[in-house]
Amino acid sequence: MSKQINVALIGNPNTGKTSVFNALTGLNQKVGNYPGITVEKKEGICKLPRGVKAHILDLPGTYSLNASSLDENVVIELLLNKNDKDFPDVAIVVSDVENLKRNLLLFTQIKDLEIPSILVINMADRMNYKGISLDVDYLEEQLETKIALVSTRKNKGIDHLKSLISNFKELSVKPCLNASEIDKDYFKNLQNAFPNQLLYKLWLVITQDVNFGKTNRKEIDAVDNFKTKTKSDLKRLQQKETIKRYQFINNVLKVGQTIDVSKAKDLRTKFDRILTHKVWGYAIFFVILLTIFQAIYDWSSIPMDFIDGVFASFSEWTKQTLPAGDFTSLIAEGIIPGLGGIVIFIPQIAFLFLFISILEESGYMSRVVFLMDRIMRRFGLSGKSVVPLISGTACAIPAIMATRNIESWKERLITILVTPFTTCSARLPVYLIIIALVIPEGRFFGLGYQALTLMLLYLIGFGAAIISAYLLDRILKIRSKTFFVVEMPNYKLPLPKNVAITVVEKTKSFVFGAGKIILAISIILWFLASYGPGENFNNAENIIAEEYASKDLSNEEIQQHIASYKLEHSFIGITGRAIEPAIRPLGYDWKIGIAILSSFAAREVFVGTLATIYSVGSDEEDTIKNRMAGEVNPILGTPLFNFASGISLMLFYAFAMQCMSTLAIVKRETNSWKWPTLQLVIMSSFAYLVALIAFQALK
Amino acid sequence: MRITLAHLKRGEQGIITDVSSIHIPLKLLEMGCLPGNTVELLQLAPFKDPLYLNVNGTHLAIRKETAIHILIEKIVK
Repeated sequence: MSKQINVALIGNPNTGKTSVFNALTGLNQKVGNYPGITVEKKEGICKLPRGVKAHILDLPGTYSLNASSLDENVVIELLLNKNDKDFPDVAIVVSDVENLKRNLLLFTQIKDLEIPSILVINMADRMNYKGISLDVDYLEEQLETKIALVSTRKNKGIDHLKSLISNFKELSVKPCLNASEIDKDYFKNLQNAFPNQLLYKLWLVITQDVNFGKTNRKEIDAVDNFKTKTKSDLKRLQQKETIKRYQFINNVLKVGQTIDVSKAKDLRTKFDRILTHKVWGYAIFFVILLTIFQAIYDWSSIPMDFIDGVFASFSEWTKQTLPAGDFTSLIAEGIIPGLGGIVIFIPQIAFLFLFISILEESGYMSRVVFLMDRIMRRFGLSGKSVVPLISGTACAIPAIMATRNIESWKERLITILVTPFTTCSARLPVYLIIIALVIPEGRFFGLGYQALTLMLLYLIGFGAAIISAYLLDRILKIRSKTFFVVEMPNYKLPLPKNVAITVVEKTKSFVFGAGKIILAISIILWFLASYGPGENFNNAENIIAEEYASKDLSNEEIQQHIASYKLEHSFIGITGRAIEPAIRPLGYDWKIGIAILSSFAAREVFVGTLATIYSVGSDEEDTIKNRMAGEVNPILGTPLFNFASGISLMLFYAFAMQCMSTLAIVKRETNSWKWPTLQLVIMSSFAYLVALIAFQALK
Repeated sequence: MRITLAHLKRGEQGIITDVSSIHIPLKLLEMGCLPGNTVELLQLAPFKDPLYLNVNGTHLAIRKETAIHILIEKIVK
């Protein structure tokens, strides 16, 4: 097999870098993490002419090689480390035709590292529309590179790009800017101290913030005969460097690019006039949120009912087909209902990711950041906290990672701490099934009561996040510089392919990630529910027979009594009843208690747990929902899931911190156990209190 | 008269004359907030903060607290 070509995709955010990645690799890609850090690592394989293959690495978007976040640091660490197995043979710098000037800044920096580079000018289909024309030959000559004009939307230019990749050896590695022009004396000293090193590389190592990574900075500090400058002096030099780079770029573009403003059509202004308007902007944002929740509720109910039914009959079919025994019942009563509890939520989770990725791709999310910043700041948050808070409705884990672009540490910490209050998709299963049980159908101004309840729960989640942010802002004594810069990209019609890939990838990782935990827990629960210690469990048949001997019961009723008696005296029943005193005041029985306990691993386990517990006790083919509706409160004699206990349960899930993965991420991002521990204790005790008050007031 | 970016009204333009490099993050400079470049105030959020700008062809939003450290000369049409 011939050697693969290592390709790194680099570019500013919002240049359509991911579209280029998707176009090159198709579905031939995998998403993982960089070792030790939670930055997403996307790589894929691209087939080139003549049977050559290229390994494409999609690096996090960055405006320059001066890293200001963990994600951006990944880019510079890779480009400075020739020994890294992913070190590129060729770098593809993706730029946006409408922002060429700014995009070229990054390009010149990469060029100066003497890495063979190809310049992709993306969204070339918009050139006419914006009145832009380019002299590609001139640009190639001046920038000493090869240029591919690409339109991923129209699927143009990708073949040309591929052929440029295969011929990467012909690319020039001449730098654009002579680094020593920034400050002659300083750079002369630097070069004398390290005669064998690339000057620009040394400069990057010196100027990067020490907080990040492990570049070879130590080597430089270790040399005595070289004195570096103070931080503010360095920053002044960086400013000078930036000015020099822009001078070079301006000179190149003066000849290479002409923009006829009269031909440019400006949709941005028209859209912005409405979408960032003082009144309409907020109104539209609210309507969009409302639509999303209504859609999630209404549209996904059909596939969900279908999946629920399929799993119920599948479980029944297994029972009929396989020979009776422990193994069969483990599958039919443990694993299948447990998995059903997660598969059923695929439609909703997919919808949620669909909407979020459309909002991101279209450029609308930045407008929301702009609109919300002033308001969020009042609560100690940043406008950029809106993105984590919204994507927190899908899952708190990517949401907490999305806080990385918040410049102020205090604002970022508060965002991390309050994000788990937003209603993540793992809470949906719990809410949906309980809403279906306790909230009547019916409509109010065209919106279903059930959808409204769900909307209300989302609002409660946001409310809790905002209020606790406000309190944290008062309590936390952290001084940190606050910077806030957000790019307002052009509006774009989201590419269906990009959206589809995001939805599939995210849904898949949700299902498999949660699926593993759920499968394990279902199996454990089944064992605990199917076996028990002592006389009571093993002699259940005789005990029940004696107890009901005087009554005239059908065989079927006797069997049911035996089953539920056994469950009560199984290991799980004993544990459940031990914790029952603590949860009885909230209106729950011990089965719900077990479900709550197991959902401290992950919330979505709740439904699966109940499904497993209930199906161990019954022979009938039935859906999870019907089984839950049939449960009776042993003391009150009323349905177990009634309005009071249902509301109490939903409120408990709204506030409790029940997700081990989130705690792990918070630990990683804050680099301390203090914050996740506080989250767990404070959120969960608050949840208990609210659930208690709710049940006692409503019962 | 030397004024700062925060003094611009919606739709007005100016030329950046100086930026206080202590108060301005490098990222902002790299996005084009450099002396000599033209800046236009496109939109203001309620309470005149943040500011939505077009600097040198790049569209971005910054807070008022940052804008007061960017000195400009207003372009009078």
